[in-house]
Amino acid sequence: MKKNIFILAILALFPLAMLWSDQLFYVSFASRVMIYAIAATSLNLVLGYGGMISFGHAAFVGTGAYVAGILVAEGATSAWIAWPAGVAAAAAMAVSGLFALAIGAMSLRTRGVYFIMITLAFAQMMFYLVNSMKAYGGDEGLSLRQRPSLVFDLTNEVAFYYVVLFLLLLSIFLLYRLMGSRFGRVVIAIRENEARAEAVGFPVYRYKLACFVIAGAAAGLAGALLASHGKYVNPNVLHWVQSGTLMIMVILGGVGHLWGGVLGAAVLLGLEHLISDYPIGWLAQLAPNYQQHANLGVGLVMLAIVLFAPHGIAGLLERRKHASP
Amino acid sequence: MKIKSFAALLAVSLTFVTGAHGADRVKVGLITTLSGPNAAIGSDIRDAFQLAVKLNGGKLGGLPAEVIVGDDQFKPDVGRQLAEKNLKVDKVNFLTGIVFSNIMLASVPLAFENKTIYVSPNAAPSPMAGKDCNPYLFVASWPNDAYHEAAGQHATNRGYKNTYLIAPNYQAGKDSLTGFKRYYKGNVVAEVYTQLGQLDYAAELAQVRAAKPDALYIFLPGGMGVNFIKQFVAAGLSKDIPLLVPGFGDDQDIIRPVGDATLGLFDTAHWAIDLDNAANRKFVAAFEKEFKRLPTVYASQAYDSALLIDAAVRDTKGKIEDVEAVRKAMKAAKFESVRGAFKFNRNQMPIQNYYLRVVSKDSQGRLYNKVLGTVFKDHGDAYVQDCKMK
Amino acid sequence: MSWILIAEQSLNGLQFGLMLFLLAAGLTLVFGIMDMINLAHGSLYMLGAFLASTFVQLTGSFTAGVLLAIPATAVLGMILEIFLLRTLYQRDHMAQVLATFSLILIINELTRLVWGSDAALPMPGSLSGPVELMPGLPYPAYRLVIIAVGLAVALLLFVLVTRTRVGMLVRAGASNREMALAMGVNIKLLFTLVFGAGAALCAVAGAMLAPLLAVQVGMGENILILAFVVIVIGGIGSIRGALVGALLVGMVDTIGRAFLPILFGLFFQPRVASAAGPAIASVSIYLLMAVVLYFKPQGLFPARG
Repeated sequence: MKKNIFILAILALFPLAMLWSDQLFYVSFASRVMIYAIAATSLNLVLGYGGMISFGHAAFVGTGAYVAGILVAEGATSAWIAWPAGVAAAAAMAVSGLFALAIGAMSLRTRGVYFIMITLAFAQMMFYLVNSMKAYGGDEGLSLRQRPSLVFDLTNEVAFYYVVLFLLLLSIFLLYRLMGSRFGRVVIAIRENEARAEAVGFPVYRYKLACFVIAGAAAGLAGALLASHGKYVNPNVLHWVQSGTLMIMVILGGVGHLWGGVLGAAVLLGLEHLISDYPIGWLAQLAPNYQQHANLGVGLVMLAIVLFAPHGIAGLLERRKHASP
Repeated sequence: MKIKSFAALLAVSLTFVTGAHGADRVKVGLITTLSGPNAAIGSDIRDAFQLAVKLNGGKLGGLPAEVIVGDDQFKPDVGRQLAEKNLKVDKVNFLTGIVFSNIMLASVPLAFENKTIYVSPNAAPSPMAGKDCNPYLFVASWPNDAYHEAAGQHATNRGYKNTYLIAPNYQAGKDSLTGFKRYYKGNVVAEVYTQLGQLDYAAELAQVRAAKPDALYIFLPGGMGVNFIKQFVAAGLSKDIPLLVPGFGDDQDIIRPVGDATLGLFDTAHWAIDLDNAANRKFVAAFEKEFKRLPTVYASQAYDSALLIDAAVRDTKGKIEDVEAVRKAMKAAKFESVRGAFKFNRNQMPIQNYYLRVVSKDSQGRLYNKVLGTVFKDHGDAYVQDCKMK
Repeated sequence: MSWILIAEQSLNGLQFGLMLFLLAAGLTLVFGIMDMINLAHGSLYMLGAFLASTFVQLTGSFTAGVLLAIPATAVLGMILEIFLLRTLYQRDHMAQVLATFSLILIINELTRLVWGSDAALPMPGSLSGPVELMPGLPYPAYRLVIIAVGLAVALLLFVLVTRTRVGMLVRAGASNREMALAMGVNIKLLFTLVFGAGAALCAVAGAMLAPLLAVQVGMGENILILAFVVIVIGGIGSIRGALVGALLVGMVDTIGRAFLPILFGLFFQPRVASAAGPAIASVSIYLLMAVVLYFKPQGLFPARG
């Protein structure tokens, strides 16, 4: 308990420390990490708890981002000041949830590699669709004139940070309750052995679809936050390689573990930033330009995790906790 | 949990480590395309800019210069992230380097918001010449439409009755064909927009053959142009249909991989290797000596960008924190450009001549673009009247 | 709409389709026989192109360079299989997806370290002009060579798979792995050989397409998805399905790119039409896949009974 309070205190005081030392960039960076943590956690629900390998998850994040972006673009041209953030977030979640319902309904009728391919195909379709929407920037992307405001202005990095922090903690809490409920236990049972769950009498398809839709809506929220944070959205957010990046975060953090998405996002983005911005002298001597090859490290670590530590960092931490006397 | 708190602690402690930036240096963020099929363009920009700094003793305007180079990988979101880093973390005084309009449109607004000057060594989308003109944008190259307007004028002069047009589907592509049509008085047979970055043009070439135009005008910079021209010749179309390109359509970066197939290609540009002025002679000789290759228009533009920054810093006597003073100095543009006389328009884009060039062999048998004549003198752009700046 | 245009676009579609087939054939065999999803298949295609570029520079001959790249890539593929991919056969699909996805990252970066972001593979001079197929239809000689190579390889594969012992074992493994194992087939060796063959096919495609497109890091990812679409349409484990699927996809893509903009141009502005045309063409491939799966959930020619 003391440990948790300590961590919460750090998270709460962190932006104020940054503000004082004029390093607001790190507050912005932390917000970005937390937004990806929400996205990764939503994928964790589908992938880790639900056992569904969806390569199309980036499409839901991207949909949420574009809904927010389009709302700001349209709202700014009318007499209104930009739409309040709540409406933008709700709209993003609703639209992403609906797409998840449609795509899930069609894809979940298939199994195995066909499921993977169909989710991938749908994600690519969304990508090309968005790319062709020249009215909203197409390949150049869409710039948001300003962040949608809540009761207070969210242009302030610190204010935005607290909002994102709150939403992240809320997501984790909801996931915790969801998985602890009857619904959650059935989903896990389906992941463990689908045939048996079906034999027992559970409507497997409906449970999987529900899981898919909830995850899709949560991803949409993350997308809306992402667009608001960077004040920019670009079709690359929907590309299947982005789905892969989210998967890396979930695997790294720990599939099926509560904090898997958070840990994975923090470690991956943190490492990426450290490697590119803080050169290590001796390594630079050995391999100049090593910073541009950070992906090599990422790939090796991920491979190692898949082969040797399938439960990611969370799994390793748990093992240590249980191993110590 | 542990990792998050560690990262937080680390970040906190780093604030004590990072030093403050001083006005004893000029910091320039150079974001350009250094990978992929268009890497040759970004390399020329980076090399020429760094050459200018080097020839100046490592200084710009009397202050030691630090050039921070980043690779946008031809992706708008990567370019934008680099811009953010340059502005917020590196706290650069000037931003420059971007090759492509789409990456520029995604990245450069951040500089404007930050009240940091962006000097464009290449892209200059037409909205930014008109209604979106911005006091923090200085273009050292040309307005996007310019080369294409000159080409359209040339096509009119040559009497081509039917012309087929191809460009990639992004802002600069749209600008290019709009510019061409502004001065071309003949009939446009077709206007085809291809995917940005597309490499295989078999389908489009078959359509061109079927249309039988008098001339084909294409705007396909970098790797796209290389592939198109090779495939155009391979399809046997070069015998029947004259190919007209803007200056960057057959510059050194395309001549090198394509080779002799480019001989005799006509193009229009604001600069050429054989332009006769002191600054240009010095530039071309130094570039060739340092990098063992001939410079492209991109290189000349990047070199001029560095000279422009040098002049601005020099004329404010190093007081670069006063951005308004720097802006005024830059607008006066008192420097020796490799293109000859340099003058800014009201929208901070150049007013200059545009020449007709043809790919020929020099005395050493190397391929280069030779100036044949002048198409436009002291030509501005068509959008300046929409710009609200004085 | 002249018949010359139709003929030329058909040849383009055929050329593209045949190259896709080379990739899809290897992929479908690996999936069908070893039940393994290999996302790194595109990376083998990329390695084939880079190796060909190096060998062409070393030997000064296009043919020699390409011919050397094929066994080199096959060997690399087999090493990869023996030391790494074997451990993945027992694992579930998710682990395979994740592991091979990380392989893509690793191989991309290693390639960048060794060669840089791109390499050059120029078209052989003798083939860089047109051939007059019939009056009024000059067609690039190089593309004809690609078509010829593609057809030759397809024929070779057909003969190998249907007329040789090894081919019979491959077909047996594809249709019923457990039974083949039970019959005493040396599965380990068979798997390694199949993987090597798949890598060789990738190398042919990569080397042949390189002078036409560009040799660059990341070139495998784009074509990988198309290859997967092809094998899902064609049926997993079936080479015949891969051929039919690849030709379908090749044709749909080419015809889409060529004629959809014209069709749209009748109703919309050129810029909209040209954005929509290629976009719809890319999407049409996935629609095709969805439609095929709806009627035949196992693809057109499933290898499994």
